[in-house]
Amino acid sequence: MDISFLLNGDSVVLRDISPTTTALDWLRETRGLTATKEGCNEGDCGACTVMVTDPDGTSRALNACILFLPQLDGRALRTVEGITGPDGALHPVQQAMIAHHGSQCGFCTPGFIAAMAVSHLNGETDHDTALAGNLCRCTGYAPIIRAAKAAEDAPVPDWISADRSFFLPEISAGGDERPASGTLQPRNADALATAYLANPEATLVAGATDVGLWVTKQMRDLGQVIFLNRCEDLARIEQSEDALTIGAGVTIAKLIPLMDGSHPSFAAMLRRYGSAQVRAAATIGGNIANGSPIGDGPPALIALGATLHLRQGDTRRSLPLEDFFLDYGKQDRRPGEFVESVTIPRQPDRLRCYKLSKRFDQDISAVCGCFNFTVENGRVSAARIAFGGMAGTPKRAAAVEAALTGQPWDEATVAKAMEAFAQDYTPLSDMRASARYRLETAANMLRRYYLEDQGHTTAIMEVQP
Amino acid sequence: MSVAKPLPHDAARLHVTGQARYVDDMPLPANTLHLAFGLSTIARGRILAMDLAAVRAAPGVVTVLTAQDLPFANDVSPSAHDEPLLATGAVHYAGQPLFAVVAVSHLAARQAARLGRIDYAEETPILTIEEAMAANSRFEDGPRIYAKGDASAAIAAAPHRVEGRFEIGGQEHFYLEGQAALALPQEGGDMVVHSSTQHPTEVQHKVAEALGVPMHAVRVEIRRMGGGFGGKESQGNALAVACAVAALQTGRPCKMRYDRDDDMVITGKRHDFRIDYVAGFDGQGRLLGVDFVHYTRCGWAQDLSLPVADRAMLHADNAYLLEHARIESHRLKTNTQSATAFRGFGGPQGMVGIERVMDHIAHHLGRDPLAVRQVNYYADAVPPAGGAGGLSAPSVEMRSTPPEDIAGKKKQTTPYGMEVEDFILHAMTDKLAKAAGYHRRRQAVAEWNAANPVLKRGLALTPVKFGISFTLTHLNQAGALVHVYQDGSIHLNHGGTEMGQGLFQKVAQVAAARFGLDVSAVKITATDTGKVPNTSATAASSGTDLNGMAVKAACDTIRNRMAAHLAQLHQCAPDDVRFAAGKVCAGEARYSFAEAAQMAYAARVGLSATGFYATPKLEWDRIKGQGRPFFYFAYGAALTEVVIDTLTGENRILRADLLHDAGASLNPALDIGQIEGGYVQGAGWLTMEELVWDKAGHLKTHAPSTYKIPAISDRPAVFNVALWDGDNREETIYRSKAVGEPPLMLGISALMALSDAVAACGPSYPALDAPATPERILAAVNRVRDGV
Repeated sequence: MDISFLLNGDSVVLRDISPTTTALDWLRETRGLTATKEGCNEGDCGACTVMVTDPDGTSRALNACILFLPQLDGRALRTVEGITGPDGALHPVQQAMIAHHGSQCGFCTPGFIAAMAVSHLNGETDHDTALAGNLCRCTGYAPIIRAAKAAEDAPVPDWISADRSFFLPEISAGGDERPASGTLQPRNADALATAYLANPEATLVAGATDVGLWVTKQMRDLGQVIFLNRCEDLARIEQSEDALTIGAGVTIAKLIPLMDGSHPSFAAMLRRYGSAQVRAAATIGGNIANGSPIGDGPPALIALGATLHLRQGDTRRSLPLEDFFLDYGKQDRRPGEFVESVTIPRQPDRLRCYKLSKRFDQDISAVCGCFNFTVENGRVSAARIAFGGMAGTPKRAAAVEAALTGQPWDEATVAKAMEAFAQDYTPLSDMRASARYRLETAANMLRRYYLEDQGHTTAIMEVQP
Repeated sequence: MSVAKPLPHDAARLHVTGQARYVDDMPLPANTLHLAFGLSTIARGRILAMDLAAVRAAPGVVTVLTAQDLPFANDVSPSAHDEPLLATGAVHYAGQPLFAVVAVSHLAARQAARLGRIDYAEETPILTIEEAMAANSRFEDGPRIYAKGDASAAIAAAPHRVEGRFEIGGQEHFYLEGQAALALPQEGGDMVVHSSTQHPTEVQHKVAEALGVPMHAVRVEIRRMGGGFGGKESQGNALAVACAVAALQTGRPCKMRYDRDDDMVITGKRHDFRIDYVAGFDGQGRLLGVDFVHYTRCGWAQDLSLPVADRAMLHADNAYLLEHARIESHRLKTNTQSATAFRGFGGPQGMVGIERVMDHIAHHLGRDPLAVRQVNYYADAVPPAGGAGGLSAPSVEMRSTPPEDIAGKKKQTTPYGMEVEDFILHAMTDKLAKAAGYHRRRQAVAEWNAANPVLKRGLALTPVKFGISFTLTHLNQAGALVHVYQDGSIHLNHGGTEMGQGLFQKVAQVAAARFGLDVSAVKITATDTGKVPNTSATAASSGTDLNGMAVKAACDTIRNRMAAHLAQLHQCAPDDVRFAAGKVCAGEARYSFAEAAQMAYAARVGLSATGFYATPKLEWDRIKGQGRPFFYFAYGAALTEVVIDTLTGENRILRADLLHDAGASLNPALDIGQIEGGYVQGAGWLTMEELVWDKAGHLKTHAPSTYKIPAISDRPAVFNVALWDGDNREETIYRSKAVGEPPLMLGISALMALSDAVAACGPSYPALDAPATPERILAAVNRVRDGV
């Protein structure tokens, strides 16, 4: 297939590319641009972070190791070679990293520079969140934070801001769907529906934060690939008085501000979903469709009573999200059918999401528990509880819900309901946690929900030094 | 003077612009081939048949190497010749290289490497310490034992006693740059190897053995590594040797870099330990006798396990004067990755063992753990060897006096008979406790915990005393090569390698200082076995101590020659020729350094010199466990405060205050960088970094998705770091101290603070194992609450 994009300000047109060539391999091996490093080849270390700007002018940090070249089509890519000024002038974050001794071995440094340059451009000052996806083994991070803070107020260099208003006819005008080498890049959901119905064995690629690893780690040949990144109508958000409908192509990064107002605990959990680089690529549709039992989106959405909308050709159907997950690795999805959107009913916010992992940031949940109760006149009138990491699918806690519903909202009810977890779940032991620990902490999360409701502080992140 | 300045890392600008070149970034000759290993999928057994037809037929494959294809030595061991590059029939761990694919691209090699079909006769692997002990599967004939006094009698006679078992997990290095090597065949069968290694001489040696050539036919070069931490002391040998052999056979350049998962599955990690202890003590917590048994899981090959286990024994005392101690060490052979060097080299494991004992004693007696630690400290040197730096402005009032019953009366010795002459931890601890408000905060934490049923805080102040020198005494040597060009610019080379620690800059500062120049006059060059031969690994924190002194010697040789020439010219004494502020002054004459260099050149004065250094005073018998293995000790102290969640065991470091002794720092900025980074790495080891093997011996945590090193939000929310900044009492380079490894052990305070927080939940001793993951913390909370 053919694609075109801007690389460090210059137009690049590539013909007949292999669609699963990663941006990282292309930069390093084909272009000889070796500032961008390979640290893990799976999107977990951030050494390959690059700056990508969309035609609408928004800039993101992305992991180049799990970014397929077609995902760059129509965008502007900037690597550390291009974050440095054309005459070798340093970007303010580069100057600050030198002044504050932010590099030691230097291998993670270009990735940090790219992530920091994106934050700097976007005026983000929550550096812990922005840099959670960049691992450094040398510095202990203290000097990097000092550098990021020091650079906050410096003006954005003009060679960086140039990417915000790019328009090159061969890029922004776009071409056709250009089927080539078994690859499709439909321009809207209708075209996708047609293409997928005709090629039901194809692999759909949205953010590639999961599928990327099928290629880089499992060395799978994906066969026919359909890229979703140009289906802009899949990334729509529709808000009405009684519901919020989120297109499957909405990234986790874009979902966070949406949830901040209505369900802040969900938003807080999503800030720990992967890293900034992963959230900027990963879509909520992908998080649902891959059916992982440890994805963090589905438990919260199930607890909120979300409805999933599927589409096969021109046929659409809707079902409660929890019904989509049939068994481990098995979803209620027909050949050629794809996730189009998910709807969250408007409701008073009673949702709490508890994500438990070995590391606070950028770690897959051992247990993810989401609780959403209605309490009326001191009694639990309705309870929706869903967990990730406790079964082969994201799963509701039916027995626990039953033990709570209609009961007084007090310590005794909580204690009794905690015993019901063993009826709902028989979790696995793996490298993240033992079955026993999962069951114990899942039940303790109910206690936490109760204690928080009573006004107690139970979150370590709320404790001030 | 260029020393003692907080200059940035020499490559800082190259790092931030992405121009700093690592092995994988080097432009390659057009016909370069790429390698990948095919790995065993079982932990123990014999290979019955290897069907590699599909591998050979895969796209892009040029050739496939097995053990039979190796022309000479099939060994990449740094010690006991027990580590075949490619398996010879026996499989010793899951992930062992069986064959090497040589292909036209990295991707083609990786893809083909998975296509091997291996028939095995599987055997039951020995995976755990218990299984190894039961099978008597070990290195050396039996345990090593170091002893002082009569521990068992002292324990029996002591008024109080505790005993316990402490499990300490290993640690993956997670250098951000994976292992990599590039071999470039030369005329006449010579080989040039670029290797991401801390030990170029060993790579040279192993490559020469594998190619059947003298060492002079192999030249190894390394400008920088993207992190090492001990993981590139021996683990790079396999890639370099494989590339060299493939390059010899194909006549083409060959490169290999491990994909991250392969890197974690193939290479060795920090040794995990089990430590059983029995301690007898008085009512003050003074340790009267202590017995340790170290069980060290070494993996399948010997690698560096013997000196690692030795160093653990040598740090079983940490900062505490033990009159009656016995340390028994079992070095166990298991069917897992061959554990290797990792920052601290066993020292951290030995040290955390006695810190656990101190914590346990304090809990038993209900005394403040810091008071128990202090009552057991060695006595401070008189006058204190340390200076008066610290968390606030330097002051001279901090010279604390040692306990009266010890001071000046008799020699205080370690369990291995070395006199401790430079102890400064009383003064350092007082300084830190005062500056960081230890006693006030203990009280505040107790009050806070009483008011919070779900969350509990804890804090701990722990000391570090770390021995500096290779315990294999002959390794304590270094060489340097310095050229002064006729324009006054300087070419610097030495045997040390740069892995991010700032060695090159510190040594360049030394060179510049010897000539009275700015550091910009000195060109730092790649480590090269063709320039400085017979080097030791850059390890044991010794890089600056050894290479700084060797460079000083080389510079002084040149300087003395220049001075002699100018003295003759100006009829003054050579000692009166001064090199300072970019000038050379002889009598009334003043020259720029460039002019002086030009004059020396014109007068046919040699402007190139080698330098050599061997650490003095060392004498060590590792079998008897007696002597002076270390030139001196480096000290530090850390106060960490944490909070835990008793519903899940989740935890967080709220604050850390570190005070560390780098002697008279050559570069305070780089040294503080080592301290901050070492602390976070040490805390990571003991808290979140967990290696998990399944029952068949497969490592399940082989990528950053499952193995979690600290991320940016895991650094302490409040992080205060200061240098003690006093002269080293020994004559080291500008009286500085080694700083690479010791700060890692400041992280022990995080584990002890977590133990303190768990102890707030109930009556029992937490007996918290490491890594203290949320799961282990919750289990400890439950035990403590239940009074178990």
